[in-house]
Amino acid sequence: MIVRDIMADFELYQPTQLKDAFALLDQYGKDAWKMGGGYDSLSWFKERHKQPKAVIDLGGIAEMKGISETADGVTIGALTTLTEIENDPIIKGKYRVLAEAAAKVASPQIRNAGTVGGNVSQDARCLYYRYGLPCYRAGGNTCFADTPEGVNREHALFESDRCVAVSPSDTAVALVALDAKYVLRSSKGERIVSAEDFFVGPKVDIMHLTSTRPEEILVAINIPKKWAGSAFYFEKVADRNTWDFALVNVASAIVVKNGVIEDCRIVCNGVSAVPRRLTAVESIVKGKPMSEEIAKLAGQSSTRGARPLNYNGFKIPLMANLVTRAIRDAKV
Amino acid sequence: MANKLVGKDFTPPDLIAKLTGRAKYAEDFRAENMVFCKTLTSPIPHAKIRSIDTSAALAMKGVLAILTADEVPQFPPPQSPILAKDEVYFVGEPILAVAAESEAICADAIEAIKIDFEQLPHVTDPLESLFPGGPDARSTGNVAASQINLQTLKWDAKDFADAGEDKLPLGKPAEEWTYGDLDAGFKDAKLVIDESFVSGGYSHHCLETRTAFATWENGKCLLYGSNQSQTGAHANIARMIGIKPDELIFIAEYCGGGFGSKIPGYPNMAIAALMSKKLNRPVMHRITRLEEYSIAMARPHFQGRAKLGFAADGKLLACDLYIVQENGPTLGTGDFRAAGTAMSMVYQPAAMRFRNVPVLTNTMPQGAMRGPGENQFVAVMEPIFDSAARKLGIDRMEIRKINAPDSSSKIGPDRGPLTSAFQKDALEKAAQIFNWDERKKRSGQRNGTKVTGIGIGQGYHTAGGNGFDGLLRITPDGVLHIHTGVGNLGTYSQMSTARVAADMLNYDWENTVVERGDTRKGLPWNSIQAGSLTASTQSRTMYVAAVDMKAKLQEIAAQMLGGAPADYDLGNEKVVSKNGGRSITYKQAVEKAMQLGGKYTGQEVPAELNPITKSAVAFIAGSGLIAAAKDKLPRVGVTPGLTTTFAEIELDLETGKVEVKEMLCVLDCGTVLHPQALHHTVACGQVQGIGMAHLERHVYDPKLGIPAAAMIYQSKPPTYLDVPAEIQMAAVEKPDPQNPMGVKGCGEPVKGSGASSISSAISDALGGHLFNRTPVSVDMIVNHLSGRQPAHKPLQINTV
Repeated sequence: MIVRDIMADFELYQPTQLKDAFALLDQYGKDAWKMGGGYDSLSWFKERHKQPKAVIDLGGIAEMKGISETADGVTIGALTTLTEIENDPIIKGKYRVLAEAAAKVASPQIRNAGTVGGNVSQDARCLYYRYGLPCYRAGGNTCFADTPEGVNREHALFESDRCVAVSPSDTAVALVALDAKYVLRSSKGERIVSAEDFFVGPKVDIMHLTSTRPEEILVAINIPKKWAGSAFYFEKVADRNTWDFALVNVASAIVVKNGVIEDCRIVCNGVSAVPRRLTAVESIVKGKPMSEEIAKLAGQSSTRGARPLNYNGFKIPLMANLVTRAIRDAKV
Repeated sequence: MANKLVGKDFTPPDLIAKLTGRAKYAEDFRAENMVFCKTLTSPIPHAKIRSIDTSAALAMKGVLAILTADEVPQFPPPQSPILAKDEVYFVGEPILAVAAESEAICADAIEAIKIDFEQLPHVTDPLESLFPGGPDARSTGNVAASQINLQTLKWDAKDFADAGEDKLPLGKPAEEWTYGDLDAGFKDAKLVIDESFVSGGYSHHCLETRTAFATWENGKCLLYGSNQSQTGAHANIARMIGIKPDELIFIAEYCGGGFGSKIPGYPNMAIAALMSKKLNRPVMHRITRLEEYSIAMARPHFQGRAKLGFAADGKLLACDLYIVQENGPTLGTGDFRAAGTAMSMVYQPAAMRFRNVPVLTNTMPQGAMRGPGENQFVAVMEPIFDSAARKLGIDRMEIRKINAPDSSSKIGPDRGPLTSAFQKDALEKAAQIFNWDERKKRSGQRNGTKVTGIGIGQGYHTAGGNGFDGLLRITPDGVLHIHTGVGNLGTYSQMSTARVAADMLNYDWENTVVERGDTRKGLPWNSIQAGSLTASTQSRTMYVAAVDMKAKLQEIAAQMLGGAPADYDLGNEKVVSKNGGRSITYKQAVEKAMQLGGKYTGQEVPAELNPITKSAVAFIAGSGLIAAAKDKLPRVGVTPGLTTTFAEIELDLETGKVEVKEMLCVLDCGTVLHPQALHHTVACGQVQGIGMAHLERHVYDPKLGIPAAAMIYQSKPPTYLDVPAEIQMAAVEKPDPQNPMGVKGCGEPVKGSGASSISSAISDALGGHLFNRTPVSVDMIVNHLSGRQPAHKPLQINTV
């Protein structure tokens, strides 16, 4: 029979060097679990739905922590806490949209331990998947949310493919808006990927939300200089103002010259399995004057192609309004 | 009476222990040789149990025993069983318990147990069960509640066809009552409205889950539990364990939240006790958060319909109310009845008919939650009254005032009297502090994308009982021991009422001890700690016990110093001659009492005392001067607790987000015993009300019958950023004439008025739009603002 809410035993490793962590990953293969701040991991363990043999707590690896400026921008260790990002003078000064997004994650206690790497890597929060049902994402052959009766108010509007879960991350939208790159390292080397390759939808891999391979660790996130000091906007609409996942969130980075939108990146989450960069909207507004009218047009255009489920149709006007705000109310 | 304590702020004696972590909750106890137990629960909402195979589990190292339904007391269905036998009725229902050397072994053993289920049709929506041929939550029926026998009830298809999708069908009820001339009321009405509505279910979210720890000593069960009530729960807990009350020692010094879910004890207490008896070892049965969301009960959903007829001045002439309750699979709760009574009380219709039907569902058992029935009802009803006021062209405050009860008003189908009611005063005081006439002009004002809404809410709950016992003791060191059996829910009313006795006996509070939380301390028969009862009921028992103690002190003084008892009065912990001069200290009086014995030291007790009180006196007999008395003070009629809350919100027209800017709650609670504690109760009630109005959810997937909100983050009670930084409060300050201290309770209605003020304000911000449901969540507001149809059908539950 099923028992939940009590952890099964596992071997706990707490390496202090990346090389030791890689060795453990190579040793245990698919039986290993990488843990950052632990909020997503421990939730899975407590539910007993994930029972790894070995848990590799990355929290002691110093080189994965901290924020530093580089010639190309800024690099953020994946284990940097959300509170550190929220309060970091470089991030607040030049990449404010990320600080604002980090400040809206969960609650202060969770932000004190939760990491940016964990926040972008966290698993889907679909209640059926989290309940432990054998859905597509869990390796089964059905979706319990996408039914006439399914409780799918918080599910996807776009690009669902069998699975209708969404990416729950708040920092992801800001990082995609800033065109961040993800540094993935393993014992065999390093690869640096863009958001398009880091976040994956169900069409690519229905069981994971990122392309991080089992033997890899997300060690850092690099933000290029290009968008430093741009006009930014972040907003998260959730039922509650703290300790809640976004119904829809939005981030924008906009370069305005002489009242004209020279360049921009606009991203929404809570509407698809990957942070949804609104490239069509970007192309509509680029070269146009920064105005209420163009912001409204952007909002209206942003939801084209949305395919709502029974209970999440409200996300269409909500997303449209948030995209409007992300242009209209963006500030340097 | 000195009255130097009542009405003053103080630090309750249990507070520092709670803040410093010294307080020991049930889970904090340990004993030598202790083992753990854990329950195997149903993964299926409705099934017959064909067979159970525990052989593999029992063969595992460290597994000690398995307790099954055959080994526990049986109760007549549909009462909640301790362990399910033959049939399971909801996901998470305990079927058996495994004891082992560790919880991890318990879990591994449960995974090794095999159960063969025969799955049966399940139902989560009462209307589906009432539809002809619809599924029944139990093989033996689909309708039951306390005083309503388990039965099968189906409505006619025509009932549904006539109502359509927008209105509640009006099929055969389980209960019905009427007073006044309903037809004449509707005929005379200037305005008749007919609204169908839904109120959502809610979990209690107790911070402390209902862990129980049990051990047996000398044939007695020592049970450490988390409970609101103490002696009021004692007999029921003993019944569940299958022992006599005097075979139970119940220890519950602290309770980490109950909100109605921990009133008379609960089945899993018996699991710890019976497993401990089986093993002859102490047993800890820890309850996880997930288990708490399965077995801890919830406020039921309502599906209702109200036809209201108003005179031109707003007076409610007629009300025809029907409530269908989602009652869970067991006896459930009487919320539906309380809602009908609340209608008759808060709005005082001249004529009323009330029909109801509690329908069984394969959801977790339903139970009382803070203002059960009243609070969810007013939260949907207050915006409807706003709507009536707008249609009649009268002020929203005035329509409430003209219908508000006063002390001459009647309540319920029997039109019984009230001990006092000052709701008009509460409304007027709130209007004055809130500056209603100016404030209402802000209604609908725009501030960027935001619009202001102003709301008024009201709340009601019964607020006092009588007939319990008080017990006091002065020990030879002169210390006053105030014995209270009311329980420690955490509202501080246990302590606030204890001060009544100290005050009446002219005691320095520092020279008193509140004896509580453990049968062995000698705890008298007191009310359950629930139902807004404590403040009024327990102040009465303290009063009568203090009167008895005073009489005994006077008698002893007369014996020692001469004269008659009436020649003496109580001074500063002294008995003083009214003629001046001579006095004895309380210590001297106790010394004399110890010589006298008999009624002075508990060797003789009044026959009218409850057996629990007699047993309590026996615990402490001979240890001091003892006063024990039954509350025989008169009380005629219902003692109502009434509140009103005025609120201002801003609603963002682009995101649907509601920001609560200000809340003011005014209470008709009689004498205020402890201002800080009352403020704490009010603030907590407003916060819970905010959750009820627009945030919290308690949802089941109807197809799978599984809970879709089974963690705190999924259930969404309000957080610190969802509530105003400050909540204002004031009291009417008119004493209840039928309580010796003038006290009435108000713990529950504050939540109802808080919730209904927010639902009223949301409706106001949207120009009077009626959602006719709680909670009104972001998605509903966004859909409305963007012209989209609601995602749910009007009477659908489990939608948020």
